[in-house]
Amino acid sequence: MAGFDKRVSSYEEAMAGLEDGMTLLAGGFGLCGIPENLIAEIKRKGTRDLTVASNNCGVDGFGLGLLLEDCQIRKMIASYVGENALFEKQLLDGDLEVELTPQGNLAERMRAAGAGIPAFYTATGYGTRIAEGKETRLFGDRHYVLEEALPGDFAIVKGWKADTYGNVIYRHTARNFNPLVAMAGKVTVVEVEEIVAPGELDPAAIHTPGIYVDRLICGTFEKRIEKRTVRG
Amino acid sequence: MALTREQMAQRVAAELEDGFYVNLGIGIPTLVANYVPAGIEVMLQSENGLLGMGPFPTEEQVDPDMINAGKQTVTAQPGASIVDSADSFAMIRGGHVDLTVLGAFEVDVQGNIASWMVPGKLVKGMGGAMDLVAGAENIIVTMTHASKSGEPKLLQACTLPLTGAGCIKRVLTDLAYIEIENGQFVLKERAPGVSVEEIIRKTGGELVVPDSVPEMTVAG
Repeated sequence: MAGFDKRVSSYEEAMAGLEDGMTLLAGGFGLCGIPENLIAEIKRKGTRDLTVASNNCGVDGFGLGLLLEDCQIRKMIASYVGENALFEKQLLDGDLEVELTPQGNLAERMRAAGAGIPAFYTATGYGTRIAEGKETRLFGDRHYVLEEALPGDFAIVKGWKADTYGNVIYRHTARNFNPLVAMAGKVTVVEVEEIVAPGELDPAAIHTPGIYVDRLICGTFEKRIEKRTVRG
Repeated sequence: MALTREQMAQRVAAELEDGFYVNLGIGIPTLVANYVPAGIEVMLQSENGLLGMGPFPTEEQVDPDMINAGKQTVTAQPGASIVDSADSFAMIRGGHVDLTVLGAFEVDVQGNIASWMVPGKLVKGMGGAMDLVAGAENIIVTMTHASKSGEPKLLQACTLPLTGAGCIKRVLTDLAYIEIENGQFVLKERAPGVSVEEIIRKTGGELVVPDSVPEMTVAG
């Protein structure tokens, strides 16, 4: 491996350096666009006491739900959880801590972390319990809440295509949180469906430039559908 | 007669205007898409990053990479665009969405809305609701006028944890269309066959009743 080639040869190598107690950011919305093989590798590896930030926490037996099985997650930062029974049980038993964060704040907190912005003001949540204990400020005639950036020790991302330099394109709504997660990780690991040579992707079509990406691996994906809904 | 869910959706749809970008929440709001008046175009925004949401797919069109904010498989309409979650909420927070329709547990005379948690019950999260109510200028809340046990949901002050403060101006229930003005509910329309007395009885917060309250127009 040389220069800008971000490829690693195994999932073990992709997640090397992830340690107990670290903060992990994970892309995906529901089960759409989740880095399913990287999550499976974390389960295999057995890393514990993780703080995981992701919009949701998967379902029983798939996605981030896998990391609940061996109690690898200590704290979950998400906008919507509880699609899985195991999550509910660990929460009620006090084995799992949850920080519920408005979805737009979660995305912007990650973007801010990647963009070098330590905090930002937003009207979201003003006057609600989400704003309790946080600084507020009046701009014009509206109140705003100071929300802090959310950086990660590791970020795991699911892309569609990438070149070997780690320039990534996402497919359809599988983009969701992935580009923001990619920006916010100290170590950003991306798994994709196809890796091509530099120059094969249109530079203007790149969603995540390789500068944000540290490691890249090509995988195969189950892409489980959470709510299959078809026209009658 | 109280409005059915479909009739509520139909009444909300009458508020759509040509060229509106609209975010529809889960439940009754989703049904509004079925009643877009003839001759106008609206584009649906789904906060997971899809602007220009189309109908549900056929079996052949199902694509795990194409879902809506309710995690259902969907399609994109011609002219759609897809963005990441930060850009999607920039549209919402930045006030670019023309109309947001969402459900609630309670609304009060100050325009406060509670829709995301009931203490003592398992809390699943607010998803994008707090961002939506804070960002949109134009919001319609849809909910039943009273709970199943008959408790009012239009209150002097919300009892449940808030989703947003002072952000709601319009509420459509199965009994009435109500606007919030100067710290009061104002009864604008009633469902066909529903008496003003019934609406007064089932409203918890201060309700102003004009001399004439027309019946709303909905199809059977």
